[in-house]
Amino acid sequence: MTDILTILRDFGPLLLVGQYPNGPLGGLAITFVLSVLGIALAFPLGVGLALARISPFKWLYWPATALIYLMRGVPLIMLIFWVYFFLPVLLGRPVSGFSTMLVTVAIYQASYVAEIVRAGIESLPRGQMEAARAVGLSYMQAMRKVILPQALYNMVPSMLSQFVSTIKETSLGYVISVNELTFAANQINSSLMTKPFQVFAILAGIYFVLCFSLTQCARHLEKRVARRRAGETARTAAPVAPAALPVTAE
Amino acid sequence: MNRVDFSVLLQGDYPAMIAGGLVRMLELTLLAWVLAMVLGTLLALARMTTSRLLRALVAAWVEYHQNVPMLVQIFLWYFGIATLLPADMQFWINRHSGEFILATIAIALAMSAYVSEDLRGGIRSIPASQLEAARALGMGYLQTFRLVVLPQAFRIALPTLVNHTVLLFKGTALAMTIGVAELTYATREIESRSFQTVEIYLFTTIVYMALSLLIMAGGSMLGRRLALPGR
Repeated sequence: MTDILTILRDFGPLLLVGQYPNGPLGGLAITFVLSVLGIALAFPLGVGLALARISPFKWLYWPATALIYLMRGVPLIMLIFWVYFFLPVLLGRPVSGFSTMLVTVAIYQASYVAEIVRAGIESLPRGQMEAARAVGLSYMQAMRKVILPQALYNMVPSMLSQFVSTIKETSLGYVISVNELTFAANQINSSLMTKPFQVFAILAGIYFVLCFSLTQCARHLEKRVARRRAGETARTAAPVAPAALPVTAE
Repeated sequence: MNRVDFSVLLQGDYPAMIAGGLVRMLELTLLAWVLAMVLGTLLALARMTTSRLLRALVAAWVEYHQNVPMLVQIFLWYFGIATLLPADMQFWINRHSGEFILATIAIALAMSAYVSEDLRGGIRSIPASQLEAARALGMGYLQTFRLVVLPQAFRIALPTLVNHTVLLFKGTALAMTIGVAELTYATREIESRSFQTVEIYLFTTIVYMALSLLIMAGGSMLGRRLALPGR
């Protein structure tokens, strides 16, 4: 136990921010930045993929489906190797480990987000789309103004869980020497040599605190969303429910 | 870029490396899967008992394994926990490809948490009246679980269990980081020796993809075969 405190005292800053301000930012800070940017990029990509997956056009459906299955069937570490190898060739210039990891995580997560979005859209009553179209909205307008806002609200807890997955996945940045938390812990381990259990227990502890609190948030939100959805169905089922105003295009 | 030519993978000892990697990957997957299923079932049973302490311990186990990256769990076992063992045990493990044993343990324990949660979901969706009926028929606690609860819980949990089996299969690639010579490890070796990156990466990707699809297809076939009428 005292070992753990000593390590935290001596190497705490390295774990939290890396060599910053005397060197590049690293440690937990980079893990966090990578995860936030990763999920932020994955979200629009995932919505796009989901729309392609439910579209009636075969030329949209097939590539999206193939990409999603590829991402779900191949280990993340293999995808990292692919991007590590191909991105510099594609761009014609060297790419940092951070960017490599960001691109990989964004594409990988996008395929998981896509399936969540698709499930969210498909769980809405069909009448929503039909009503929106009947009111005169185009397909894309109906999606943007009626379907997606509802589906995305219901998906907030799942998105938070995906964020937790993203944080855990960024630990693989270690493999291509991205300066994140797991990499920092390995640096500490190789400079201490004698305290591997303590170093990796600290590492697991940090991930646990971060991910567990976010998971608890997700569970809390899930209950709220479920309550709100239950309320909505109760309202719409009531015989004297006031007619909702039609959603119109501005 | 040159044309993709898979014949380079047949040169020298590459076929032996690939075959060795494939075998290691399958061994790791099967062993970890069996362990995870057994342990996960026991954990799910423990979570259903009336003992508060036991339930809290299982909950803590599940939360730890679900909220820490699998890579970190592998590191903790390989670099950390292994060094805490008594010296003669460490010696024994090192003699018997320790990295493989420790990776199997780490992956199996991590996945046991997911399996137990899947089964818990399945168990919870069985109406309590079934338990009461089974007890009324004179079945014991364990008999009720074995004959009434688990057969249904497994069927209900099957889709998520299949997803998590794929996750476990993909997770075995992480064992390369501690030097288990499974497929991804062999892939890296061959790439750094031959520089035939596209060929070997493509080959490995296709193998992973095909096996993942096989697991998914097998799962849905099993689901159809096991489906209970009227559910």
